[in-house]
Amino acid sequence: MATIQPIANENEQHPDVALVERVRKGDISAYDELVRKYDRQVFRIAQHITQNREDAEDVMQDAFLKAYEKLDQFQGNSKFYTWLVRIAVNESLMRLRRRRTGKMVSMDEEITTDEGSVPRDFADWAPDPEQNYSQAELAEILRKTIQGLPPGFRIVFVLRDVEGLSTEETAETLGLSVPAVKSRLLRARLQLRERLSRYFKRKRISKGKRVEK
Amino acid sequence: MLDDLIDDTVSREMRADLQEHLHGCEHCEVTLNTTRKTIEIYRSHEIYEMPAGLRERLHKAIMERCRKGC
Repeated sequence: MATIQPIANENEQHPDVALVERVRKGDISAYDELVRKYDRQVFRIAQHITQNREDAEDVMQDAFLKAYEKLDQFQGNSKFYTWLVRIAVNESLMRLRRRRTGKMVSMDEEITTDEGSVPRDFADWAPDPEQNYSQAELAEILRKTIQGLPPGFRIVFVLRDVEGLSTEETAETLGLSVPAVKSRLLRARLQLRERLSRYFKRKRISKGKRVEK
Repeated sequence: MLDDLIDDTVSREMRADLQEHLHGCEHCEVTLNTTRKTIEIYRSHEIYEMPAGLRERLHKAIMERCRKGC
């Protein structure tokens, strides 16, 4: 039986406010703490968008430096993390555009693919299907699968479901409307699910029809 | 509906109706469970890990430039 529970982790607190305040007063060690707190996330997001390790390294440095320079412009009405992610996303998109000269990469472009918008594969997965693969194999499967998504779907999924931004924060970060984020998120989730089914499907013992309850 | 269920943004009445439907619809139940699993797998597995050496190097470079005023 499916149980219905929220996965989203809403955090109402702004625990970074004090750190940001210390940095503004000249305490650089507070910025050191902020970098250590969020560097992995920024690196991950940059890798997901650029799909290039060197670009991700550059984005990480540039995003933290830009955030430091612009800290006076940071308004306390959004979280420091969301603000930082917005900078990292913009830096990443800039690098992606640079690499794909002539090919537009825009967050608000219309995505025309219908793939995965309606579920087709209803085969259940094995219990704990990831245990059938080594860590390295699994990472490769997950990388390959998510890299196959259109960038506009991939980024929404990463920010909302992997990095835990709210739908509203994801919309604000990417300059999209909330309905656009929801629609992309659903299609990204369904496409990923469909593609992962190839690897995680429960192996059928007999070809006979399943007996209904 | 699927994403509303996953994100728990449905009303109590709607949730009860959907729960009832899920009991009788194997396709919906499988789709809901495997979509949840998809999200969970991506959340719990680091696919772009930053090696410790690289992390320290980047961290040092960032902080050095911040100290110099960028």
